[in-house]
Amino acid sequence: MLELININYEIDGKKILSNINLKIDTKKIVIITGPNGSGKSTLSKIIMGIILPTSGKVLFNGVDITNYSIDKRSKLGISYAFQTPIRFKGMTVKDIIDISLGENSSINKISDILNEVGLNYKEYINRELNDRLSGGELKRIEIASVIAKKSNLIILDEPEAGIDLWSFNNLINLFIKKKNDSGLLIISHQQKLFKIADEIILLDSGKIKARESYIDIKNIICCNKCVNKGCNHE
Amino acid sequence: MSNIDQNLLNKVIENIDYNYAYNIRSNSRSIQRKITDNVNIVSKEDNTGIDIYVQDNTKFEYIYIPVLITESGLTDIVYNDFHIGKNSNVYIVAGCAIKNNGKSKSEHNGIHRFYLEEGSVVHYIENHYAEGHNHGSKIINPITEVYLKKDSFMDIKSVQIKGVNYTKRITKGILEDNSTLEITEKIMTDGDEKADTIFDIKLKGIDSSCNVISRSYATGSSKQRFKSSIYGNNKSYAHVECDAILMDKGRVEAIPRIIANDVNANLSHEASIGKIAKDQLIKLMTLGLTEKEAEKEIIKGFLK
Ligand SMILES: Nc1ncnc2c1ncn2[C@@H]1O[C@H](COP(=O)(O)OP(=O)(O)OP(=O)(O)O)[C@@H](O)[C@H]1O
Ligand SMILES: [Mg+2]
Repeated sequence: MLELININYEIDGKKILSNINLKIDTKKIVIITGPNGSGKSTLSKIIMGIILPTSGKVLFNGVDITNYSIDKRSKLGISYAFQTPIRFKGMTVKDIIDISLGENSSINKISDILNEVGLNYKEYINRELNDRLSGGELKRIEIASVIAKKSNLIILDEPEAGIDLWSFNNLINLFIKKKNDSGLLIISHQQKLFKIADEIILLDSGKIKARESYIDIKNIICCNKCVNKGCNHE
Repeated sequence: MSNIDQNLLNKVIENIDYNYAYNIRSNSRSIQRKITDNVNIVSKEDNTGIDIYVQDNTKFEYIYIPVLITESGLTDIVYNDFHIGKNSNVYIVAGCAIKNNGKSKSEHNGIHRFYLEEGSVVHYIENHYAEGHNHGSKIINPITEVYLKKDSFMDIKSVQIKGVNYTKRITKGILEDNSTLEITEKIMTDGDEKADTIFDIKLKGIDSSCNVISRSYATGSSKQRFKSSIYGNNKSYAHVECDAILMDKGRVEAIPRIIANDVNANLSHEASIGKIAKDQLIKLMTLGLTEKEAEKEIIKGFLK
């Protein structure tokens, strides 16, 4: 479904991504992991069209979408949950979910969606998307705004960040459910998530260093801090 | 009431519940009035406005005082004084709508003074709107003065919807012990419109508090100026928040002043002016909106 061909990205003369080739199919979960600054978010933004690659191609169902705008990609069914959720003064949880659904939706529908991310609609439906929400709450609403939308490919940039472990188990179940009608690309450091992946991609300094199943990746990654086998962290 | 008046009225007040007290002013005259057992409305002797008396302990009544202007070239001045009895709790809905299809200017100057007795609560809602398809300018200059006695509370929600060529809004308050004033003001300007808003609030009593939230949206080549002076003259609390979104050649100046005259005054302000944040546009575009649609939604939310 999604194919990246020889993606390179440079900024200010600095190479951020080198020769990335990658395929993601429907009903598959692909996880990208790797150290801070290795280029994971950059790569995901290239898929969503938030940044354009210096060279290379992005294909979606065989169509070259490298120069498509963000909204055009969104309409094709590509969805994106930000690593750091965006805040809005005045806009409410209902507003953003309505935009995502493309309708003025019923309370029932919003309640169902918020439920999926462990939020009680009564408490949240009219909350403004501003600093008064906690980090974890904002993150859940960010995920809710993405799963509300009909998607073929869902990109989640570190969905676990700020979410407590108990709730995270529910999120994992949500991702498994979403896999029924969509492909998922999840950027994560969370080894718990690795278990549900069909493929795990290890990014290091802008290059794909390994591409493995869960069983094999355990031998490559020693911890969240580095990618060198046999380090003494943890 | 004529159809023109009715349509204009709908722009500033959604639904009047005619069971409550009201005074509808059109082209400088009261055209309809109703009083209730608890709310009396009396014309001032020199005919410069009205006095509104709310009896002690009145609970949850509405009072509507819209002003309509359809005459081009009219300068309207009105003094409305609200006397709010002890422990009462009322909603006051005001609004000024001007339709000026002529070439001369139409102007409304509304001076509203609120005297809140001990323990009373007022929710004040005020909308401003103007329209016209000629060069006659539409001007609305409201002066709102509030005097809050001990333990009283007032919130003000005012919105300038559109079409007002010039406005100078002055809001003054004197707050006694344990009284609270909450103000939310939203101003939209476009074309060559100009808006000035000035706040002067004195926190006189112990534990008095005030919150001011100002949101403005300046587009076209319009200009807005926000000035606030909050005086903490006792153990008191105040916070002022001024946010402005600019588009095209819109310009905004914000001058929030806080003056602490007491060691226990706790005053703060924030002001931010700028274009719509790129991140916000991107987020809504990832949900399928075009950049233009995203702008519209962000502004709609911001001014809601
Ligand atoms: N606009 C920019 N200008 C300069 N450098 C940038 C820019 N955007 C990203 N980078 C650099 O690109 C590299 C990759 O950043 P990216 O955000 O993709 O990392 P990441 O793998 O998502 O890291 P993390 O795990 O911390 O989220 C980093 O070194 C970052 O500093
Ligand atoms: Mg990142």
